[in-house]
Amino acid sequence: MTTTDTVRAGLSATELAAVRADFPLLARTVRGGRPLVYLDSGATSQKPQVVLDTEVDFYEERNAAVHRGAHQLAEEATEAFEDARSAVARFVGADADEIVWTSGATAAINLVTYALSNATIGRGGEAARRFALAPGDEIVLTEAEHHANLVPWQELAARTGAVLRWFGVDDEGRIRVDEAASVITERTRVVAFTHASNVTGAITPVAPIVARAQEVGALTFLDACQSVPHLPVDLHALDVDFAAFSGHKMLGPTGVGALYGRRELLEALPPVTTGGSMIEVVTMTEASYMPPPQRFEAGTQAVAQIVGLGVAAQYLEELGMENVAAHEHDLAVEMLKIADVPGVRIIGPRTPEDRLAVVSFVVEGVHAHDVGQVLDAAGIAVRVGHHCAQPLHRRFGIAATARASASVYTTSEDVVAFREGLAGVRAFFSVD
Amino acid sequence: MSSSLEQMYQQVILDHAKSPHGRGFVELAEGHLHGESHQINPTCGDEVTMRVEFDTADPKVPTISRVSWEGQGCSISQASLSVLTDLVTGAPVAESEHLGDLFRQLMQSRGKGLDEDREDELGDATAFTGVAQFPARIKCALLGWAALRDTLATSGVLAGPGAASQPPLDQPLSPQSPQENR
Repeated sequence: MTTTDTVRAGLSATELAAVRADFPLLARTVRGGRPLVYLDSGATSQKPQVVLDTEVDFYEERNAAVHRGAHQLAEEATEAFEDARSAVARFVGADADEIVWTSGATAAINLVTYALSNATIGRGGEAARRFALAPGDEIVLTEAEHHANLVPWQELAARTGAVLRWFGVDDEGRIRVDEAASVITERTRVVAFTHASNVTGAITPVAPIVARAQEVGALTFLDACQSVPHLPVDLHALDVDFAAFSGHKMLGPTGVGALYGRRELLEALPPVTTGGSMIEVVTMTEASYMPPPQRFEAGTQAVAQIVGLGVAAQYLEELGMENVAAHEHDLAVEMLKIADVPGVRIIGPRTPEDRLAVVSFVVEGVHAHDVGQVLDAAGIAVRVGHHCAQPLHRRFGIAATARASASVYTTSEDVVAFREGLAGVRAFFSVD
Repeated sequence: MSSSLEQMYQQVILDHAKSPHGRGFVELAEGHLHGESHQINPTCGDEVTMRVEFDTADPKVPTISRVSWEGQGCSISQASLSVLTDLVTGAPVAESEHLGDLFRQLMQSRGKGLDEDREDELGDATAFTGVAQFPARIKCALLGWAALRDTLATSGVLAGPGAASQPPLDQPLSPQSPQENR
């Protein structure tokens, strides 16, 4: 794939066709021979052949334990493992030793919340005291969070006596960043927020939140699951303290994700999962720990998946994230036209600025599950339900929405098929 | 629309979903044994609160005198609640348990349905045969039946004097464990 023959950012028809040819699953049919229209990339993306090949190749050619053993295979496996770390770090604007492998974003968020707990009970010594939470300290979230960036903080609050506060969202689902000065206070110790909502697709203005958090000395934690696969993300430039993202949403394998932490913070943070591969000296009564990132990677990692994720990051990098973002912006414009389908109401921004090609909606008179079923019969895969964001749905007074979400391989034809399918839903249920 | 879609959304299901029976709580009659259950389908947020009143005039054969419920959910869950209301209202408790077992067997049939005798007993509920082709929707159809079972278990009606003397069910139970809503 080259993108040099295009002047404007985006993907030409030829480039898009080449991208699609890289994804074997997109060629299959569903529900009695219908072409697949996959609009559930927000839940999980499909994988290019090169990622699949990389995993197979790892097992066929390089499989060995990493960071132990002096034989050639161990060297090669370790090199592939660490090359993947460098590739992913470069992709998100971080240094390699600031990337901790986890089983996914959920594990990354839990890692941080339990590390803060451990610091609170004195683990990590003097260096970790900055992370200790006291009763009455505040953890600030937003109403737009995925449960993965909400429930672990609730648990941390319950363990430490900290208090939860949160940003509300406006009627288009955008986080009320204008409330930063009042929501983030001198008692705020952590501000955890999503970079882009998996429901509304709204992109969060990071800078004002980070600026206010820094003003009061609070840590910032960015849920970058939805942004990293779809936008150019530079974590150093965003200046957040921690971030999490998952591999399977960014064309990579399942079972792997990453925690980003600023180097000096990871160096001070106590470990959570302990055991092999993360220690320096172990006696019968105590152990000393390796520096990050190994300190947080006890046990055997998902090595083949990690190597695959490194290749997924390179795949996106070669396409160019500006091109990916521009392509998906065009798709968002197309998707938002569903607002013209009678009975369809979009939950989220109705305009394509500062939003992803992730569009949740309700069809008046038809439950989201039934909407999804009718679309599925036409070969169109969308997500239905609360998308792991019950508070956000409650904010809009609804229990469930249907959601169409795109990725780099999504075409405008996919979106047209989706709109046409949607137009037939109310007729099927005789709703007028 | 594909045939499997139409097999799932039978007209009887669409009709029940549009005007569901039993929806909306009614005042509980005084002095009657009753039970209540709240069930949710955590994957999609569908939920129901069901109230069941029992007639225990004949303690050996307690019957269900009234079913009412409030809930929100897809057409499958709402229609299933409606059909359940029709099926078990006035039925002996043991019969309602038996119907619940049959319905769970139907949902495990992968769309093949049951034998004629059992389908006769289920009446309108056999319209849900097509739902059993869609594993993700089975729990929608079972939401109400889970509420009924919970209501029977928690109301105390099963522990009444009639419980011990109920005849054993004459239909074999499915060897598979029924799919639960949670």
